[in-house]
Amino acid sequence: MGFDTDTDTDTDTDTDTGEVAGVIQPNLTVNQGENMPIWEPAKECMSRDEVRQLQLERLQATLNRVYRNVSFYRKMFDRIGFVPEDDFADLQDLQRLPFTTSRDLSDSYPYAMFAVPLREVVRVHSSSATTGNPRVVGYTRRDLKTWSTLVARILSAAGVDTEDVIQVTFAYGLMTGGLGIQYGAELIGASVLPTSVGRTERQVRIMQDFRTSVLVSTPSYALLIADRMEQLGIDPKTLSLKYCVCAGEPWTEAMRLEIEQRLFVRATDNYGISEVIGPGVAGECLEQAGMHLAEDHFYAEIIDPVSGRVLEEGEEGELVLTTLTREALPLIRYRTGDVCSILPGSCACGRTGVRRLSRLRGRCDDVVIIKGINIIPARIGDLLERIRGERMLYQVVATREGHSDQLEIWIAVTEELFFDKMREQRTLVDVIRNKVSNFIGITPRVRLVEKSSLQEENGVVKLFVDLRAVPAA
Amino acid sequence: MLNVKSVHTYYGNIHALKGVSLHVRAGEIVSLIGANGAGKTTLVQSICGFNRPRKGAIEFRGEDLSGRGAEQIVQQGIALVPEGRQIFATLSVENNLEMGGFIHRRRPDRIHRDMDRLFERFPILGQRRRQLAGTLSGGEQQMLAISRALMSRPQLLILDEPSMGLAPLVIRDIFRIIGELRQEGRTILLIEQNARAALRIADRGYVMETGKVVLQGEGSMLLRHRQVQRAYLGKGSKEIWEA
Repeated sequence: MGFDTDTDTDTDTDTDTGEVAGVIQPNLTVNQGENMPIWEPAKECMSRDEVRQLQLERLQATLNRVYRNVSFYRKMFDRIGFVPEDDFADLQDLQRLPFTTSRDLSDSYPYAMFAVPLREVVRVHSSSATTGNPRVVGYTRRDLKTWSTLVARILSAAGVDTEDVIQVTFAYGLMTGGLGIQYGAELIGASVLPTSVGRTERQVRIMQDFRTSVLVSTPSYALLIADRMEQLGIDPKTLSLKYCVCAGEPWTEAMRLEIEQRLFVRATDNYGISEVIGPGVAGECLEQAGMHLAEDHFYAEIIDPVSGRVLEEGEEGELVLTTLTREALPLIRYRTGDVCSILPGSCACGRTGVRRLSRLRGRCDDVVIIKGINIIPARIGDLLERIRGERMLYQVVATREGHSDQLEIWIAVTEELFFDKMREQRTLVDVIRNKVSNFIGITPRVRLVEKSSLQEENGVVKLFVDLRAVPAA
Repeated sequence: MLNVKSVHTYYGNIHALKGVSLHVRAGEIVSLIGANGAGKTTLVQSICGFNRPRKGAIEFRGEDLSGRGAEQIVQQGIALVPEGRQIFATLSVENNLEMGGFIHRRRPDRIHRDMDRLFERFPILGQRRRQLAGTLSGGEQQMLAISRALMSRPQLLILDEPSMGLAPLVIRDIFRIIGELRQEGRTILLIEQNARAALRIADRGYVMETGKVVLQGEGSMLLRHRQVQRAYLGKGSKEIWEA
């Protein structure tokens, strides 16, 4: 069993030394710099080849199983004439299979895509649905164990150990966030405070009185807590907080910096999605250099959300996950709708074999195509933020001149944008134009406008307005 | 150490292995369990060069084994303790061991040193060194078969059904020996129908059914797994697709 995080108790399982050069010794625990112990070194520090071999083995078993047990997949495979035992010999072969969408899951409500009988299912969670049926996720006993281990991995990487008091401000109940974090934290042996969401003042009080050392929250809630502490006149330096484990929404580097400075913590980025398991899919270590993906349990692809083409490492697109060990609800090529990339290179922390996910850029539903290029309006906001060091009020506008699409960025003039200094305004516009052009490959037209000219929806400025469809009068 | 990737092998006209992948890392005991006809022995034959796969790859210490003959594979560092032991019944115990050391035949001193060490380890074989192997008991023959395999100084030891046809008490002895080999840091691929004993001793295990790997994981996890309990340990109830 690979649950041993104590480096000194390693037994001499590998006395047959010196026989094979280049074989990664299992049970090595890397402790470089200030990094925390690695929860499952034998898994997280595999060589790339070992990871790929394991993925191949597990994918084969998963495909055989879903073909036999899940009528949705049997029909899908039969439709395209895919026989797992004959047609799957290499990880690349997975690309022959169609995607599974959140719609497919909704349509299978509640249990139609389960691969085991209900008596094997010991837990059911469900993810909220904006349209259609909720997506129901089942767990066998082994699934729950896997889940705990995966969360223990990301929490260890984020700094949590047995000494910590960890306050979980995620929702408990049918959502996966709260309980998922709880399992991992308990497996590590930290003291868990399941405060769940809301009642910020009480959260702050608990944080003070219970000497919380790790806050688990969405980035925006962490900032809300910081705001509330400020209002209450509480100095965050008097708290015991050390780490903030962030997840649940896309955020920016600027937000991380703000959380770290205002709460006096190290903040890490984490990714999970209920349909494949919940929290624990990927998480940053204290190097803060991208989220280590549990590649021994999930096979990740990045695709072009429009064409479905598989993209290269480093290219940004929609994350598609295939579960490798899930028993109750195995998913093949599940479109997460989340936009990110797989980072090239490896991290200094020693988790060598598993690759890292970049920060999430947003949801695919937000992707707009201008001049054939996928643009996520929220990312233009990140870019503007980097230029000015603060959030700007802006709107991405697509227009059409003749037959050609035009990208425009409208920025609301505020006092800070020194609207009276024409020259500096022009410089700013030039800088923005260049940066955006370098970044996405289209040169935008940048316009400084009155705030009132930006279109709003429910009192919020829309990030994107499409004026291309307006018929010529 | 050993990587098997999507191997397809035919046993006569029978498609016996349908895309099997597995791996064994240095210092591990990996058990392969499954019913009769699941393809376990065909897999062993594919690894050892007796039955070449039609598709897929077998790599040992980074080198491709496909196209190599059985002797070359022994030279690469894989030794097999075959199903049913298959010792040379009409040869003496000593001669059997010499045969096992065949690839080191130019170093007789080494062969004798290895043999002495094995006699120390299995004194009963030492006492019967000049006896014909066919006159040994079943358990002693299995000890001899294991010793013969060790004579080639293998990096990977493959044991095919070592408990087959042996009395329960003797089986316990054999598993104790396997446990000791593991303590010495040897790497072992164990093929067994005795699922409980095989999984108990293993770091990891694979479950085969009709030419495919259907389950894999840590030995202790598989022991508790409903599908293994139902199919191999006689517990539990039917699956969805059987209802």
